Amino acid sequence: MDNILEVRGLHARITGGREVLKGIDLTVAPGEVHAIMGPNGAGKSTLSSVLAGKPGYEVTDGSVLYKGVDLLAMPPDERAREGVFLAFQYPVEIPGVNNMYFLRAALNAGRRQRGQPELDAQQFLKAVKEKLKLLDIGDDLLRRAVNVGFSGGEKKRNEIFQMAMLEPNLALLDETDSGLDIDALRTVSDGVNRLRDPGRAIVMVTHYQRLLDYVVPDHVHVLADGRIVASGDKHFAAELERTGYAHLCDAA
Amino acid sequence: MSDVTIAERFSPGPEDILDSIVQAEGYKYGFFTEIEAEEAPPGLNEDIVRFISAKKGEPAWLLDWRLRAFRRWQTMEPPDWAKLDIAPIDYQAASYYSAPKSLKDAPKSLDEVDPELLKTYEKLGIPLGERAALAGVAVDAVFDSVSVATTYKDKLGELGIIFCSFGEAVREHPELVRRYLGSVVPVADNFFAALNSAVFSDGSFVYVPPGVRCPMELSTYFRINAAKTGQFERTLLIADKGAYVSYLEGCTAPQRDENQLHAAVVELVAMEDAEIKYATVQNWYPGDADGKGGIYNFVTKRGACRGDRAKISWAQVETGSAITWKYPSCLLEGDHSVGAFYSVAITNNRQQADTGTKMIHIGRNTSSTVISKGISAGRGQNTYRGQVKVLSNADGARNYTQCDSLLIGKSCGAHTVPYIDVRHPGAKVEHEATTSKISDEQMFYCQQRGLTAEDALSLIVNGFCKEVLNELPMEFAVEAQKLLAVSLEGSVG
Repeated sequence: MDNILEVRGLHARITGGREVLKGIDLTVAPGEVHAIMGPNGAGKSTLSSVLAGKPGYEVTDGSVLYKGVDLLAMPPDERAREGVFLAFQYPVEIPGVNNMYFLRAALNAGRRQRGQPELDAQQFLKAVKEKLKLLDIGDDLLRRAVNVGFSGGEKKRNEIFQMAMLEPNLALLDETDSGLDIDALRTVSDGVNRLRDPGRAIVMVTHYQRLLDYVVPDHVHVLADGRIVASGDKHFAAELERTGYAHLCDAA
Repeated sequence: MSDVTIAERFSPGPEDILDSIVQAEGYKYGFFTEIEAEEAPPGLNEDIVRFISAKKGEPAWLLDWRLRAFRRWQTMEPPDWAKLDIAPIDYQAASYYSAPKSLKDAPKSLDEVDPELLKTYEKLGIPLGERAALAGVAVDAVFDSVSVATTYKDKLGELGIIFCSFGEAVREHPELVRRYLGSVVPVADNFFAALNSAVFSDGSFVYVPPGVRCPMELSTYFRINAAKTGQFERTLLIADKGAYVSYLEGCTAPQRDENQLHAAVVELVAMEDAEIKYATVQNWYPGDADGKGGIYNFVTKRGACRGDRAKISWAQVETGSAITWKYPSCLLEGDHSVGAFYSVAITNNRQQADTGTKMIHIGRNTSSTVISKGISAGRGQNTYRGQVKVLSNADGARNYTQCDSLLIGKSCGAHTVPYIDVRHPGAKVEHEATTSKISDEQMFYCQQRGLTAEDALSLIVNGFCKEVLNELPMEFAVEAQKLLAVSLEGSVG
């Protein structure tokens, strides 16, 4: 099967500002979970932002193929409808917009793109119940406005729930573990594990090892100063925990 | 009395997404219907007032009333206190009466209505005839100056509810019209109300008898069709003791290069224990992206809670017009009477809106609520202007006002001008105001979930307006949501 993601020599900068990504190479196959680790300011969040098409960044060189197609040529909403999902580090509040309404609009936008019929309210509700069961989470967030007044843990849980509903081919998790207490971390990690799927690739950006204790990756990469400076298997993360990033950063 | 102005402008920033959305909007209702019309010659003088009155076969008392208004109007100046930039209006250039000719003898039923007119209403999506039955809405439609069809009249008649054109009410129920006309908005209340009183052409009349709960939404659609005519409707709605009525008006006009004048007056009277809900979806032609053409909308709307425990609630969605000058108000005369004003006003391109409300607390233990949502895009200017007045005998008066402004893009403006005049030491008056801007983060978040930029904007704006949209009758809330989207997107042709 083709790779889901092929990043080649990717250079990007903040629009009109400094270069943050300085030649990223990354290949992700279906079913794989990749963790991208590294010190603050290395470019981890920039990588997920550029892949999702967040405004404010400029790709200056390199290419990104998503399922064999030029990802960078697509506007952000089209990337999303084609199955690229970004779990935000800081999910955004949208006052007055019901969480369920929002999710149904998003889900149906993707279905339209794929030529599938839209889900009516009942079908949607059924899908919601299935996913809640799958993730073993309550329905307490559904009636509230999108992320408004949510705790940090609730916001992250909501992101994972959205991911479950939208069933992406490529899920980018940006610092999903940040700001979570141990119980919330476990809930969210369990959710991610249940969403591992042979047809889906997951790229987790994280600062800490502890997420990787719960969601065990197939590959671990260290991003430092805009480049991937080291890669390894799941044991590599534990090694990094002992040795730190410093010696790798120097090598870069 | 306080006069606070909060003005917001934004310096240029990276807002390409929003800019690309907030462009010339497609006005869906800009078609024109080919109908031979009977028009008054342009200009305004006593002869025109007499002409209008004669055309409508009015009794002498009403002609006298009109002439009294006209004479007062001649001594008045247009108000200049609103934050509106309006080119001087030549009141002698417009025609003050236009009636579709084939309706000279007024249709008795839908079958007699000119098929061209029915087609027009079909294009507007107005439920007449069969469609009215399905929608469960009773409709009165005013085309230019004449009411062309009132549906459901018989059914309402069984309950003693009168719902007809204003002209018919003058003929059939002169005692009611005479008792209430001008009792809430006096002939010389303001420049535009005086003009309307002199030349008003038609409009709707509703009377709900004591103890009757009107079983369906009553609705009037207004449309300006003829060129160079003003439209001056008069609406009078009375809910007698313990009665209830919910009423909605909608407005559209064809796309024309010149500005057209619309000066309506709406009077509501709620007696003891009565409740009136009045909703407006105003979508007059707003002019093009450069500010050419569009309706000048100068409207006086006022309701009197005349009896104890009476309730009046105004809900408005104002998306159209080049100029909107409108302050639906409540006179809280009865003890324990309740007034409410819920408003969404959008200004895009070069539109200007100066709108708000007046809540006048007169009786004891009266309360009022004001929720205003202003949305400015393009070069639109949006002003909330509201007065809360508590008279010295109004024990236990309470008001809560919330004004929220949303800015889209960098060249628009939002302004909040509350006047608070409290003459009773025990009054509780609260005013909250916020100004926010749709953030790039909100837009990206929605787009990352697969929504187009247009859908994302519409979703965020609808969320912002939710408290007001919730106050509209359900079927019209859906229509209003679509209108908000159209007003901002330019994607619906």
